[in-house]
Amino acid sequence: MACIEARGLRKTFGTTTALDGVDLQVEGGRILGLIGPNGAGKSTLLNAVLGLIPYEGDLKVLGQDPWRSRDHLARDVCFIADVAVLPRWMRVWQAIDYVAGVHPRFDRAKAEGFLARTKIKKTSKVRELSKGMVTQLHLALIMAIDAKLLVLDEPTLGLDLLYRKQFYDTLLNDYFDRSRTIIVTTHQVEEIQQILTDMMFINHGRIVLDCSMEDFEARYLELSARPEHVAQARALAPISERQVLGRSIMLFDRGDREKLAALGELRTPSIADLFVAVMSEKSSQGEAA
Amino acid sequence: MSIASQSTVSPEPAAAPQSATRPFAWSVRRELWEHRSVYIAPAVVAGLVLFGFLIRIIHLPQTMKLLATLKPVDQKLALGIPFAIAAAAVAATGVIVAFFYCLGALYNERRDRSILFWKSLPVSNTTVVLSKAAIPFAVLPSVLFVTIIATHLIMLLLGSAALAASGMNAALLWNSWPLFRMALVLIYGLVVMTLWYAPVYGWLLLVSSWARGMAILWAVLPPLGLCIAEKIAFETSYLGQLLDYRLNGLMHEAFYVNPHSREIGDPLAMLTPERLLTAPGLWIGLAVGAAFLAGAVWLRRNREPI
Repeated sequence: MACIEARGLRKTFGTTTALDGVDLQVEGGRILGLIGPNGAGKSTLLNAVLGLIPYEGDLKVLGQDPWRSRDHLARDVCFIADVAVLPRWMRVWQAIDYVAGVHPRFDRAKAEGFLARTKIKKTSKVRELSKGMVTQLHLALIMAIDAKLLVLDEPTLGLDLLYRKQFYDTLLNDYFDRSRTIIVTTHQVEEIQQILTDMMFINHGRIVLDCSMEDFEARYLELSARPEHVAQARALAPISERQVLGRSIMLFDRGDREKLAALGELRTPSIADLFVAVMSEKSSQGEAA
Repeated sequence: MSIASQSTVSPEPAAAPQSATRPFAWSVRRELWEHRSVYIAPAVVAGLVLFGFLIRIIHLPQTMKLLATLKPVDQKLALGIPFAIAAAAVAATGVIVAFFYCLGALYNERRDRSILFWKSLPVSNTTVVLSKAAIPFAVLPSVLFVTIIATHLIMLLLGSAALAASGMNAALLWNSWPLFRMALVLIYGLVVMTLWYAPVYGWLLLVSSWARGMAILWAVLPPLGLCIAEKIAFETSYLGQLLDYRLNGLMHEAFYVNPHSREIGDPLAMLTPERLLTAPGLWIGLAVGAAFLAGAVWLRRNREPI
């Protein structure tokens, strides 16, 4: 059974179409990066998966309809919506007590173990903690829950680089195992490229690209073309070209690796560069149509 | 979280430990963590009342000499008044706390977006709304009862001590305020007040789950505006009477005080539960209150954070 299955998922707010027929399938044990510009429908998609909003079309999370079975699914599905959502009046021990009191899969010892590695005092109020510490606290609470699906919507927004790196390292080292599924959205795509197993581009409420990282590495090539070979490289139909320090950088989809290697240096592109290429390609197609 | 963690490779528990959870009880506790005014405000008012009483009993011996010239009926009334005032002051505080609590209960969590954290936990919207409703419907009345009884007890003890110190009989004081019987009256009063105001609390919770801002205005102005509109349109004031009945009709339905007698007699004789229980106003009010709560549950599920 797939962790998430959607077919023809649609959601409109008034006259705005947030999700325009999304089909997707996320298997268990994956770390999926959901990438898209602001207003692309990322949060709407995640909210639908979490059972926070009603929708049209078919959606199954762990085999259940998330809107109808939200109360039941909430035991197996966890999420961090934003760094600022822990109630500011709450004390650290109250947060632990409360989650322990309501969540059947919460392991208090684990949460306290995570907190012991931080500078967070149990008597502190959330409002007294720095933004980074609030995220550490939230992560400690969430990681102590034995959930099947964890959804992270911009979890590191507003954090400095150090905290961001710690966040993902902790998540990967202490939480993720092959039985859990994690979905993450972020604008700092480069920072999570190494931890993802799958990625998905979304724009205007549609899935634009959906592939595993193995496919991504096999399929896309970035060529830093030598000046004398630029014209030859262009003839091989790159999906994008940009100039960096006077050199042409071209992105190829399913390019011939041997041919390209003769024209310059090859490497795997960053997700961010592919994202820019795919998005501008789509928009230019849209203009042409 | 340091990365250099002693990655204790804990064996994955085959079945996660299913500890017994009590979402409702913990949610009520959570409300009390957040809203300590629920028990602090009545206690502070009780403290002020006691402070006033303390100043008053300095003059108690003189007052008692003065009272000795009065008829027993009036003596009893005069001695009982501070107790009644104390009870009324603490109870009124409770109503004010309930008013503001209800207005903020489902509004604040949307405004600071903490609702997204609460919704990430397996606690149903019904449980959340009921746990919030439990504050005005169960917790506050209990707090008021304990606070008022404790206040009365302290007043009786202080008064007795003052009387004894000036060589007077303290029994008169205890006769004028029969603590146990008055406790029964108080329980009755708090229960009927809570039931009678159910639609008011329900309305406030509904507004708090719906308003995008200015919850207090949304709670107060629409009913008031409708009353005025009715008056202008039809020169009638049925709505106004309805509101007046809801806010002030409780004394009429739940108590009987003989206006022609100054004799207090048995306080329990003032209670008219049979009249209250047969008043359609009570049952309609409860039904409306329940409908408002159901609406609040629906809105909490469907409404976005502000």
